[in-house]
Amino acid sequence: MEQTLLKVQHLQKNFGEKVILKDLNLEVRKGEVIVIIGPSGCGKSTFLRCLNALEEIQSGEVLLDGKPVRKELKSVSTMRQKIGMVFQSYDLFPHKTILENILLAPIKVQKRDRRDVEEEALNLLAKVGLADRGDDYPRQLSGGQKQRIAVVRALIMHPEILLLDEITAALDPEMVHEVLEVVLSLADKGSTMLIVTHEMAFAKAIADRVLFLEHGEIAEESNSPKDFFEKPVTERARQFLRSFEY
Amino acid sequence: MDFEVILSYLPLYEEALLLTMRIGWLGVGLALIFGLLGAAVVHLRLPVLRPLAVCYIELFRNTPLLVQLFFLYFALPKIGLHVPPDTCGTLGLGLLGGAYMAETFRSGLDNLPVIQSESAQSLGMNRMQTFRYVILPQAVSSSVPGIVANIIFLLKETSVFSTISLMDLMFTAKDLIGMYAKTLECLTLLVVFYLIMLLPVSLLGSFVERRLRHAEFGD
Amino acid sequence: MQNLGIDVLFKGTNFIRLLAGLFTAIRISLISVTLSILLGLAVGMLMTSRNKIWKTIFRIYLEIVRIMPQMVLLFVVYFGSTRVFGWNLSSEASAVVVFTFWGAAEMGDLVRGAIISIPKIQYESAAALGLLPVQTCLYVILPQTVRRLIPLSINLITRMIKTTSLVMMIGIVEVLKVAQQIIEANRRTSPNAAFGIFAVVFLLYFIICWPISRLAVYLERRWS
Repeated sequence: MEQTLLKVQHLQKNFGEKVILKDLNLEVRKGEVIVIIGPSGCGKSTFLRCLNALEEIQSGEVLLDGKPVRKELKSVSTMRQKIGMVFQSYDLFPHKTILENILLAPIKVQKRDRRDVEEEALNLLAKVGLADRGDDYPRQLSGGQKQRIAVVRALIMHPEILLLDEITAALDPEMVHEVLEVVLSLADKGSTMLIVTHEMAFAKAIADRVLFLEHGEIAEESNSPKDFFEKPVTERARQFLRSFEY
Repeated sequence: MDFEVILSYLPLYEEALLLTMRIGWLGVGLALIFGLLGAAVVHLRLPVLRPLAVCYIELFRNTPLLVQLFFLYFALPKIGLHVPPDTCGTLGLGLLGGAYMAETFRSGLDNLPVIQSESAQSLGMNRMQTFRYVILPQAVSSSVPGIVANIIFLLKETSVFSTISLMDLMFTAKDLIGMYAKTLECLTLLVVFYLIMLLPVSLLGSFVERRLRHAEFGD
Repeated sequence: MQNLGIDVLFKGTNFIRLLAGLFTAIRISLISVTLSILLGLAVGMLMTSRNKIWKTIFRIYLEIVRIMPQMVLLFVVYFGSTRVFGWNLSSEASAVVVFTFWGAAEMGDLVRGAIISIPKIQYESAAALGLLPVQTCLYVILPQTVRRLIPLSINLITRMIKTTSLVMMIGIVEVLKVAQQIIEANRRTSPNAAFGIFAVVFLLYFIICWPISRLAVYLERRWS
């Protein structure tokens, strides 16, 4: 059994009076790929944002390597460097070229040597099939290309864990594939990932573990994605999965 | 219209134009600095400084430059602060413009999508790094139309300098009309010299705006 | 040093005179704003026309207003009109003419902006519902335009009020001129009155303009 990388204990998140996440517990082991699914408004995106301390949490704890990740703490920037995140909307910096987008954080935040990072960046760009686009601006790229860059920008920080928040939800159908290919290849290389997605076939293919979230709680958890998608245990999960059929 | 009169007045107007431009552009420079500082303080919600900056912005945006200049030039000496007229002009223009620029920058900052700062944070940038590398450059470029409008507004406002005995274009025109009553010639020169001062700025501003819009939406 | 003019402020009718001066400034602004809005609506609608000649004329008009200081315009109208046309325009009339010339351009540009910013789909969906062009204008386009325009025209009022401070230069006795007169009249007994009086004028302008600009901000937020 691999060591535990990320630990979530009794996490509680409210927006005002409204409880979004109640008493969530989760342990993520190194190299594990966890897919989180659930109806919209179930709190799955908020959950990922809490893991990266983009949201304040009301109680509970998020621990990475045993160290707390919390918005109010001074260490939050350092902790976030170890957690990569890619969002649903293309969040590249529009005033910087693709290469500058990728290099900004490693150089300014991690103070790494420009030449080393640049070499690594070009390698990564080649791996996602965008080797020749380094000098372009984000607006010159398609949605799928932008999301691949966003993944590269997160990867170059050498994060210990990657959070992907519906990264294909805003894409045209024909571009979904090219982005998911990249994610699949990362899984093959043993990256630890938490993925929120609506692509059920992809979820089934990539997941080591599936969490079904509803009303801010884990309604069903399965270590066998195949079983979960073919014969879910709970009625709620069954209903949810049926909504993807015609 | 008497062209000999016009020719004989030209050197006086040229001198006045140089003075007006010098003080005007110095004021614009000062306004950009004050504006950036003010907007940064307000946007970053720095304690203590923020309410001060808000007071400054509101106070100077809601009073006329003429009144501000009168206060600087005629009132301050009464409490022992003597400010020479050209410093007064530059400072007054800088303070007024700073308040306008701050508003322009602030709306640029506030209108930026939250996802931009969130994705910077999720790359491990702290607040200052996020502001400096991600938020500020975008806010400045989206504020360009507002900045151009402010610059033109400020250069126009220089026309009140004559009231604190700066020998600018307005002063020269008034003075010459008073002395020789060649009203038509003096007013024509006044209009022409303001055109010389402001038309290039206006045209260049429109050009930059178009380029920028093209850069943002075109490919 | 100890006497900064607050006593002068309340001596005799001084304060009342200041307020009367302020009232003159506000009166000129309100007349000009009203005229500007009316003319501006016409200008704005004409500016959306495709006629090349109209377009060129309005572009030149807008550019003049954009780059000519109001003070220069005041001088040209007040002194120039007498000299060139032999008109005897009163200083207050000149001020209203200049402010309206300026305001109508700004208003016109805003109206044009508001009209063209309404997406084509609004016209199309109104038409698809079977609304006549007049009805479309009345029930769909106009309400949206007005909401956009009201905060902006309120802003124009504060800018007019601030700009009225210039009219003292063509001899109108508004608040700043009254302030100067008061200071001048009390020069001997209270040499430092300039501080107190100008500070009060500063505050008076602020007290008038600040609530109006807050109102504009509030409406803009509420209606956007």
